[in-house]
Amino acid sequence: MTIAPDRLSPFQDEFYSALMQAHEGLTEAQSHALNARLVLMMANRIGDLDSLVDILKTARSYEHG
Amino acid sequence: MAYDYTPFPYVSPPGLTAPEARHRVVIVGAGPIGLAMAIDLAQRGVASVVLDDNNVVSVGSRAICWAKRTLEIFDRLGVGERMLAKGVTWKIGRQFHGAEEVYSFDLLPEEGHKYPAFINLQQYYAEEYLVDRARDFPELIDLRFKNKVVAHEDRGNHVALTVETPEGTYSLQTEYLLACDGAGSATRERMGLDFTGQTFQEQFLIADIEMDESPFGPDPVPERWFWFDPPFHAGKSALLHAQPDNIYRIDLQLDVDADGKAEAAPEKVIPRIKAIVGDKPFRLDWVSVYKFRCIKLDRFVHNRVIFVGDSAHVVSPFGARGGNGGIQDIDNLGWKLVAVLAGEADERLIETYHDERSHGSAENILNSSRATNFMTPKTPIEALFRAEVLRLAHDQPFARKLLNSGRLSVPCSLEGFPLQTPGTGAVPSGRAVVDAPINGPEGDGWLLEQVQTGGFTLVGFGDVQLPEVDGIARVGINQRSADYPCFTALKGLAIRRYGEGRAYLFRPDGHVCASFTAPEADAILAARARAMGAELEPSR
Repeated sequence: MTIAPDRLSPFQDEFYSALMQAHEGLTEAQSHALNARLVLMMANRIGDLDSLVDILKTARSYEHG
Repeated sequence: MAYDYTPFPYVSPPGLTAPEARHRVVIVGAGPIGLAMAIDLAQRGVASVVLDDNNVVSVGSRAICWAKRTLEIFDRLGVGERMLAKGVTWKIGRQFHGAEEVYSFDLLPEEGHKYPAFINLQQYYAEEYLVDRARDFPELIDLRFKNKVVAHEDRGNHVALTVETPEGTYSLQTEYLLACDGAGSATRERMGLDFTGQTFQEQFLIADIEMDESPFGPDPVPERWFWFDPPFHAGKSALLHAQPDNIYRIDLQLDVDADGKAEAAPEKVIPRIKAIVGDKPFRLDWVSVYKFRCIKLDRFVHNRVIFVGDSAHVVSPFGARGGNGGIQDIDNLGWKLVAVLAGEADERLIETYHDERSHGSAENILNSSRATNFMTPKTPIEALFRAEVLRLAHDQPFARKLLNSGRLSVPCSLEGFPLQTPGTGAVPSGRAVVDAPINGPEGDGWLLEQVQTGGFTLVGFGDVQLPEVDGIARVGINQRSADYPCFTALKGLAIRRYGEGRAYLFRPDGHVCASFTAPEADAILAARARAMGAELEPSR
């Protein structure tokens, strides 16, 4: 797994609160769909296959951690 | 040992027998905010009457976390050192997920400050020390316990009050009424002012326990410990703090629909505490169940009635932003009110108390709401994100920073507000004094003590000449010889923090209002006039 450096500070609380606001009022199904769109759009913004594969693997690794 | 709640004596107020002359200032509420307000005014030579419907300090520890900036203000008011000596000093906060520590923060990683990041001290001690200090001003502070304000009327240039005592009712008049009467302010209710905001559904149980063996372990260093989903309180949050006298504060999140009254009963509380501390003996000292609210008044200043502290704003407690916010209120208001009463400034200056402190209060509410939202997810999707942040926080640094168990009170910056003259110094205009150790004719001391002496102070750091300006105190740091007091920056810290060859003008509340590389009397006078409100738009 890759330990990623923190790049969200010092606006981490602002981001988290905006993320929660983006979900406000949605049903669970709508929230999952929003998350899917977010993943795809963020992937496009990252735009680097090696990084994306690394993130996918790292995120998945927590399932058995 | 349980605190001894000795009642303060009730004394017949003169108004019961003959009308009293109009007072300059009446303060409603003898809690930490009202008392600190009276002391601040007294130190500036202004008399006040303090009215309180009660005659004993606050019951229960209530506000316990006093932040560095608050202690610095208390230093100026003459109680800081006593609080520091009695309080439990801490600066490390640890956050646990389950039984595992995932992240700790150090709130004051650098040396060279008179006061630590935080002390924990029960509110009743803070109030006791403030009452003792207020008694140092028998001519200027008239403390009236068991004096309950039952009516007030703003008459344009004064406020008329009706006050109830055990012996009957009397009338008072005052030029200004300062409502320091807390979150449930009767003054605010009488005026029908809207005080609605975000109320959180979650309830928390507070328990103070006294025990000889520390729950922090056999070799305890007092810290702030916060658990997400602890083994002893599954699925909820918990917080542990140390207080003086072997008293420990435990906060436990309850179910949304829990019956608050039933939860506060010892037979419900004791098993919950035992789950945390095990078989170590303890005594239950105080229990309370509360809900969070985040609210502030639209306006803190209503002509001759001014709201200060919790009467103007309340926040949820995680972050220590309630009492600490209120003490910054009195610090901001005191010198302005005195300047207006003395005819040295226009009434508009008092409006800037609202502007600057409403900003501070909004900042506190924002931080406190975010922490509360993180701690108490409201929807399944919020709970899902929270759970994954916690999972990632075990090894991903960015996720640790997302953990939010309260962003603890830091001094409010007044940068960008009109009283300040923008500057390019290392400490921007608007910031509160940054302390540093210094050495002078009387030995080692602190910059803080030289800056907060009552009026405007000009401090020169290193190679910079300070001109003489009427009514402005001057202090030199690392200056060879001058016709004003000079000090040496110990370990060079003061110079490092403020920059070499720079002069800073501090307001009476210790906030920087201007800085100069080549200070000239005209520019200094202009900056002071601006800080006194000379450039504000005329009153509406």
